[in-house]
Amino acid sequence: MTEGVISRISGPVVTADGLRGSQMYEVVRVGKDELFGEIIRLDRNEAVIQVYEDTSGLRVGERVASTGSPYSVALGPGLLSSIYDGIQRPLPNLYEMSGDFISRGVFPPALDLSRGWEFHPSAVPGQKVAAGDVIGTVSEFYLEHRVMVPPSAAGTIKEIHEGSFTVSEPVCILDNGLEIPLMQIWPARKPRPFRKKLDPDTLLITGQRIFDTFFPVAKGGTAMIPGGFGTGKTVAEQTLAKWSDTQVVVYIGCGERGNEMTDVLYEFPELIDPRTGLPLIERTVLIANTSNMPVAAREASIYTGITIAEYYRDMGYDVALMADSTSRWGEALREISGRLEEMPGEEGYPAYLATRLAAFYERAGRVICAGSGERIGSVTIIGAVSPPGGDFSEPITQNTLRVAGTFWALDTNLAYRRHYPSVNWIKSYSLYLDTIGEWFSEHVAEDWREIRDRAMYLLQKEVELQEIVQLVGPDALPDSEKIILEVTRMIREDYLQQSAFHDIDSFCSLEKQYWMLRVILSFHERSLRAMNMGVPIEGILKLQVKKDIGRMKERSDADSLKDLIEEIGQGISELLEEE
Amino acid sequence: MAGDLVTREYTSISYVSGPLIFIRNVKNVSYNEIVRITLPNGEERSGQVLEISKDVAVVQVFEGTSGIDNFRTKVRFTGEPLLMKLSPEMTGRIFNGIGHPRDGGPGVIEEVSLDVNGMPINPVARDKPSDFIQTGISAIDGLNTLVRGQKLPIFSGAGLPANKLAAQIGRQARVLGEGEEFAVVFAAMGITFKEASFFMKAFEKTGALGRAVIFMNLTDDPIIERLATPRCALTVAEYLAYTQGLHVLVILTDMINYCEALREISTAREEVPGRRGYPGYMYTDLSSIYERAGKIKGRKGSITQIPILTMPDDDITHPVPDLTGYITEGQIVLSRDLFRRGGNPPIDILPCLSRLMNSGIGEGKTREDHRNVADQLYASYAYGRDLRRLVAIVGEEALTELDRMYLTLADAFEKRFISQGDEDRSIEETLETGWDLLTILPEEELKRIPIDYIRKYHPAYREVG
Repeated sequence: MTEGVISRISGPVVTADGLRGSQMYEVVRVGKDELFGEIIRLDRNEAVIQVYEDTSGLRVGERVASTGSPYSVALGPGLLSSIYDGIQRPLPNLYEMSGDFISRGVFPPALDLSRGWEFHPSAVPGQKVAAGDVIGTVSEFYLEHRVMVPPSAAGTIKEIHEGSFTVSEPVCILDNGLEIPLMQIWPARKPRPFRKKLDPDTLLITGQRIFDTFFPVAKGGTAMIPGGFGTGKTVAEQTLAKWSDTQVVVYIGCGERGNEMTDVLYEFPELIDPRTGLPLIERTVLIANTSNMPVAAREASIYTGITIAEYYRDMGYDVALMADSTSRWGEALREISGRLEEMPGEEGYPAYLATRLAAFYERAGRVICAGSGERIGSVTIIGAVSPPGGDFSEPITQNTLRVAGTFWALDTNLAYRRHYPSVNWIKSYSLYLDTIGEWFSEHVAEDWREIRDRAMYLLQKEVELQEIVQLVGPDALPDSEKIILEVTRMIREDYLQQSAFHDIDSFCSLEKQYWMLRVILSFHERSLRAMNMGVPIEGILKLQVKKDIGRMKERSDADSLKDLIEEIGQGISELLEEE
Repeated sequence: MAGDLVTREYTSISYVSGPLIFIRNVKNVSYNEIVRITLPNGEERSGQVLEISKDVAVVQVFEGTSGIDNFRTKVRFTGEPLLMKLSPEMTGRIFNGIGHPRDGGPGVIEEVSLDVNGMPINPVARDKPSDFIQTGISAIDGLNTLVRGQKLPIFSGAGLPANKLAAQIGRQARVLGEGEEFAVVFAAMGITFKEASFFMKAFEKTGALGRAVIFMNLTDDPIIERLATPRCALTVAEYLAYTQGLHVLVILTDMINYCEALREISTAREEVPGRRGYPGYMYTDLSSIYERAGKIKGRKGSITQIPILTMPDDDITHPVPDLTGYITEGQIVLSRDLFRRGGNPPIDILPCLSRLMNSGIGEGKTREDHRNVADQLYASYAYGRDLRRLVAIVGEEALTELDRMYLTLADAFEKRFISQGDEDRSIEETLETGWDLLTILPEEELKRIPIDYIRKYHPAYREVG
């Protein structure tokens, strides 16, 4: 362990002399308050350090001590339902230790070291184990927390015990003397190992019609939500965190509002997971580094989150990671880069922005986990992007586009109309449509892709027709096109609009999604047929069933939607008889 | 920090540029500490350490650098951050941008001194803001509700009456069922004497002056003080809210001037510029101001912020309104178009938003149908506005009967709902006006409102009943 002295201070960037022999990304303690810092550049005798806490009051000449290890995350039972800051300090403990405001140099342990966990071994003495093998379980709320042999360890089990243990006590001892506790320590910036990456071919069910039916994301895939302020990025991220069908959710509030995190803290313990019937907080890990908390910790928060997500993936679970917002993370990079006086790239962002972003998104994936047995786990990353001025040509949006599989473009104009989720159906896309088509055919309906494409075609057509209407007025359109405008209005208002706060509508099952769209499309089909047989459009527009279609969302029973198709048929036949 | 008693005084200024001075051969200087500068003519100024490397300290001088020389000017390091002296007697007083009395009164005898930079509130310690504030303005109460502990800026344009609106909010804002009035902390940054005097008169007229603390950094005051102004104001606000248990309304005007000052200092420091020359850390810097709004568990008071900012060329995508919108919990936007057509206040509701609205409205707070009425008015008005464009091309005759109803609604909405002048409307009056307007449309068009509420609140049903 080496020691140096501070020679320069500029905001969160501190330079220290005399740290020869320390490594890149090594954690150091800065000054007499022992602020938490990380080495980000080495130049002969000098080390440049980014400090994760406020540097006010720090003096040139104070000492800097290296710790010999990189910034690491503590992984073990007790992570679920925790709330951490960007460098994994539990905020409730900070609150107890330093009060309402976050003070410096306080480091409560990330996992409760005194709490006992009931360990049930699944391996036996004499068994040969290697990295990633499950040696037993602990129950963490409803989840079976699988205790694994840490990466790079291997041997034959000498002792393994059932009973109550704290996270740091060894539950298993190998013949080479290695002790395995419940807790693992892993460097945050290094992806955790796995055996093999698989194609993402399973749908991540979100219960949101625009996402699941129109622009799906696969488990282990990546999605981005860019949008100007007020377009509903945070509501979308929170909705996804609530309803995604994964066992674990990691929610990173990266450089966002304090009150938003409070909202999550108040709401998640109350909300019930529709699949397990337990409070949502019990499957959630929250990381809150609000915009006014130190900027370097904001940079780290993303890595803290993804490492925790990978840890649960390694147990064989599906994990969804929400990062709100990656733009603030990029800005943290820019701020640090500026202080380092690096040559700026586009809009002042460092030239390595694209590499860092890509490296982060590549940590998503569906994998066969390390260790024996065929455990399959996945990490899905859903990153919000906050483009300045809502302009998608800016560097963070553009660089994320290159790596994200699904693009949900939020639209300011839709938000102004209170059309939520304000996802623009013309600009958005999903690259997973082909890979998860088979899954849909098997689990939802054979013709899912067909009806989805038909609805998309109509929406496309609407844009063209609207242009004509803007020029010559709606009367100039033939009836066959007027009916398209009527149907697309239904798709927009009665299908795509979905309230995140409505008791029933906030989660829409895949079956209901499918039948709702079938109803609307069959309305279109039957109307067209009837019009060809001479029924005037005015009669169709007055059909009673239109009202029922408008209230489809409020029905909880998907089966009853099938009756609507009959109702449409009846209404139309009556019109035909009148003719 | 008071560890070393040796006064550290230097005369070694080596370089002066804009508001910055560089001092050589300094020892034991701490980051962000305050320095006292004595000019050759005996004048005293203060400054703050921005950067230290080996034995050179970079200091920004609050009152400007004119008159500073690099030979006789003395610089003394205090070892303390910028502190604000606080006491309950501060209400009714006027201070300059860095918290020195400006009204000729005596200095503050402090009960406590606090660092003006404050500290981030632990998200776990925050209380959820959920008390409805009735501002008496329909566009805000009805459609973009303000709650206690929120930060809701007013985005204005040059010549639009943002000040009038802010003063009206300051005058009318109250929480239903509570007699308590808001204490007002007002920070003027780079505004003209005329604008400042408008606010002073407005406060005086309503008697709010007695419970206000005022910070003035006018256009001709040193710009560097401007960076400290909102921080001093918020430090006082925090003291009043969390120590004295008051509900505080903070009005910050004009944030664009604050950001200009930030850019000026950044340029003087030769930093890499971000968009439009503003520094890359502007988001972080602004958040350290706006995030100081809120409520804390177990403490009685609260801080509600209403920053005002003038959008250059009415451009909402300009970096200052843009970054502000990303931090604040919504925005109230004024429209030049509506102003020209006589809107008073000219609030354009479409780009407006209140993110905390849902937690402050509904049964037991305002009324159960509030959310639905607001959504319906929004959707219908937006559609009516779209039709105006169509009418300009194809004429009103080309519209269907239903579309003509929407058009009528949009016009009536602007006249009756938005344009209310000085009227102080209760929330019931606001919602009733909303329902009245919705009768223009046929009932089946009210898709955003559940049938039960239509039966209960729709005027057509009530007349029958």
